[in-house]
Amino acid sequence: MTNQYEVVIGLEVHVELKTQTKLFCGCANAFGQDPNSQTCPVCLGMPGVLPVLNGEAVALATRAALALHCTVNSHSKFDRKQYFYPDLPKAYQISQYDQPLAENGHVTIQTSIGKRDIGIERIHMEEDAGKLNHLGQRLGDAEGSLVDLNRAGVPLIEIVSRPEMHSPEEARQYLVELRTILSYLEISDLRMEEGSMRCDANVSLRPLDYTGSLADLPRVEIKNVNSFRNVQRGIEFEIGRQRQLLQTGQRIVKETRGFDDASGSTYSQRSKEEANDYRYFPEPDLPPLVLSETWLQDQREALPQLPDELRQYLAQRGVAERDAEVLVQDLNLYHYWAQVVELVPDVRLVTNWLLSDYSRLVNAKGLSFAAPKVNAGGLASLLSLIISGTLSGKMAKEVLETMFETGETAEAVVKRLGLIQITDHNAIKEIVSAVVTANPAVVQDFLSGKEKALAFLVGQVMKQTKGQAKPDLVNALLREVLATYA
Amino acid sequence: MGMIDWDAVQTADHVQRGEVSAVECVEEALSRIESTNPTVHAFLHVDAEGALAKARFMDHNVTREAKANLPLAGVPVAIKDNMVTIDMPTTAGSKILEGFRSPYNATVVELLERAGAIVVGKTNMDEFAMGSSTEHSAFGVTRNPWDPTRVPGGSSGGSAAAVASRMVPLALGSDTGGSIRLPASYCGVFGIKPTYGRVSRYGLIAYASSLDQIGPLARSVRDLARTLHLIARHDAKDATSLDVGIISEAPMPTALQSLRIGLPEEYFGEGIDIRVRTLIEKTLDRLREFGADLIPISLPHTRYAIATYYLIAPAEASSNLSRYDGVRYGLRVAGDDLIHMYQNTRQEGFGSEVKRRILLGTHALSAGYYDAYYLKAQKVRTLIRQDFDKAFDKVDLIVTPTVADLPFRLGERDLDPLQMYLTDIFTVTTNLAGIPGLSQPIGLVDRLPVGLQWMGPPLAEDRVLSAASALEAILPTPEWPLSGGIQE
Repeated sequence: MTNQYEVVIGLEVHVELKTQTKLFCGCANAFGQDPNSQTCPVCLGMPGVLPVLNGEAVALATRAALALHCTVNSHSKFDRKQYFYPDLPKAYQISQYDQPLAENGHVTIQTSIGKRDIGIERIHMEEDAGKLNHLGQRLGDAEGSLVDLNRAGVPLIEIVSRPEMHSPEEARQYLVELRTILSYLEISDLRMEEGSMRCDANVSLRPLDYTGSLADLPRVEIKNVNSFRNVQRGIEFEIGRQRQLLQTGQRIVKETRGFDDASGSTYSQRSKEEANDYRYFPEPDLPPLVLSETWLQDQREALPQLPDELRQYLAQRGVAERDAEVLVQDLNLYHYWAQVVELVPDVRLVTNWLLSDYSRLVNAKGLSFAAPKVNAGGLASLLSLIISGTLSGKMAKEVLETMFETGETAEAVVKRLGLIQITDHNAIKEIVSAVVTANPAVVQDFLSGKEKALAFLVGQVMKQTKGQAKPDLVNALLREVLATYA
Repeated sequence: MGMIDWDAVQTADHVQRGEVSAVECVEEALSRIESTNPTVHAFLHVDAEGALAKARFMDHNVTREAKANLPLAGVPVAIKDNMVTIDMPTTAGSKILEGFRSPYNATVVELLERAGAIVVGKTNMDEFAMGSSTEHSAFGVTRNPWDPTRVPGGSSGGSAAAVASRMVPLALGSDTGGSIRLPASYCGVFGIKPTYGRVSRYGLIAYASSLDQIGPLARSVRDLARTLHLIARHDAKDATSLDVGIISEAPMPTALQSLRIGLPEEYFGEGIDIRVRTLIEKTLDRLREFGADLIPISLPHTRYAIATYYLIAPAEASSNLSRYDGVRYGLRVAGDDLIHMYQNTRQEGFGSEVKRRILLGTHALSAGYYDAYYLKAQKVRTLIRQDFDKAFDKVDLIVTPTVADLPFRLGERDLDPLQMYLTDIFTVTTNLAGIPGLSQPIGLVDRLPVGLQWMGPPLAEDRVLSAASALEAILPTPEWPLSGGIQE
């Protein structure tokens, strides 16, 4: 028996699809409405109702599958997963069991040793359950529970990874990249705190000398963690806990565990031995789902540019990898970037400005790139003034701040404040000469080797020109004049 | 001939011509119900006021021209209590739904009302359509109008008895393993189970979703045809509903000359009551006289049909009935915690036959048993369907007895569920194969009705109805019981 273990992690991610209507009825798929206001006989599970599949949900799920490099099955079917719970009106969930919508995809993550594909075993469609609101402080002593079925029947996809992640960091990276890809498709709000994206993590430790099948390793499922950070924390805790158990010769029990945010620890919820027998069987109320090749082709063509494609494009345009990743992670920012680059083709200048000064202002003011205060044209004009030499970088920063405050154009700010960079060689030389004459002691310092003295003289020139002299010109002219004293 | 002798088509014709009012039709039905229902107990709920109000509305507000477009103008109809209605309670014969009011109408109810029919009430049934006698209702048994000591058959026994005793000319039933045809046969009326998917199931309380079909019970073939013409329509609310054209409103009687009729040996073997056999054979002779070509055929997998049915139907039922949990509607019996509330509710709410089938079905779907039971049953189902496919290469239609015996006495099969299950032996196959089946009354033996079953290929309702219509024309007009009220 070895003391060496390999961490094995698999993730099951549920994503709510942002369709107009629910998966099997015409009710609006809307979050945050009055309890039970978004319901009808079908999603309430009234006697006699029947499900009718929402084509939009199939399209969105298919696009997700294609974007995740899955094979979409031309034939899949729906099954009933049966258990009793008050948030499940029919006492079965319509899901897909042995013939899911899509299989065999992957998500590429960046690890310390390079890129790696994490396999996706399957993606299937299913309906969400409702929500219980417990009356009282804790579930244990709740006096009652209120059932809200607004969410019942909302379309979900479940994305099941292969157990191919080996550290909490890899799991986090998988989730980040998965969310980025899905965000490009605009098929879901992807908000973990609102439950539109949910994650369960399966964690086990494989002794390095273990040769059996992974499926037989005792596996712990951490359920419904509400942020990526907590997924990572939960896995970290679980690895430590399991390692401790194994090293002290104890057995790991196959079970479902919850995550406690406050303590960062996991706690036992139920062991798999007492798990439900879901008695899956094919949903007789729905014919098999058959997707034609033409329809699939339409879905393929409807796919937008995906993160990896964007990374390649940005690399071609000469954007540094780090900067590119910032753009890839925020599509609104990227779209803004693309508009500015269209107008000002200096990729480096645009990228630098956008990711530093502009982003700083946007973040400081709590704004977003979805509805920018200064639009792409506005920023482009400002950058053009730098390129033309009208503004120095420093001046441009001030102008940008003013633009954010007043909503004026760059030109208007420049005009109002009289902020024209002085580039006239003779005009600057005149001031330089005057400053040199007025500061003999400092000049002496410089001549005796104190380079710092030059900065003082530059400052004096800038002061007299109200900062509008072109800085590199001031530098050059000062050295030129000082050289005559040497 | 008085109103009571009119079938649905005649009734509508009279209302359309203005010779009788819709109110008169409804009053006639209500008065028959009042005199006869106490003995027969076909109805669980009668909405006299609502029906009269609708009739009055039609008489006062619908023009004669508009009535001409209502094929069932003023026709009182009864609806089996597993089809949901806004205006009346819907219980499916179960205590667990006692007092339940649906917030919506079943598609078939909407279609009938749109055609001018007036729903007068909801009929009794075996709880959740599980039974062959209408004895397994939480609200009392229905009696056979021909002999109130006998069962009317089931599970649509209330609908069959209501039509047979002339409380209404037309009723809807549902058929999962014979639940329209068996009571039609036992009560001496016509009843058809259409091809699976012909009639929308939206609003039909599911028993076994892959087998359930709604169909009419009536006193003439043309009534069946007119009703199917109206209700066998594609419905976007039912994903299994077929979009395959409309059944003819008035099928012409087919020429029996050289019609190829298959007689499956498996349906004419041992175990058939000799009196039933004799009458069936006499009828077959009549068909032969008129030139029909009677061809012996075989449907070899028939012997597995009951076993197959009693795996598939309970499996689906165990799932369909899990929603009756006391949380949202219907009966709730308190418990110490959630699990006990579920247990108490279902323990008190379901009858013994329903519990038996839920247990059977739950077992058949359990981990480790699914392949051996449910999956295998589905494979056998395919073989049964293939039997019919092959047979219909050689014959146009198939004829069998609807049921092997005469209506049995109340309580007679209580202690032996298996014997009860075998009652459906000639009818379950069409449900498993998804094909149409029609039961036609062919006469009486010992003052009890006998039915003959027509089976046709998928979607061949027109052919089935035409043949039944031809036979109807050469048989004496069926008698009806209790012309002077029930004889005890």
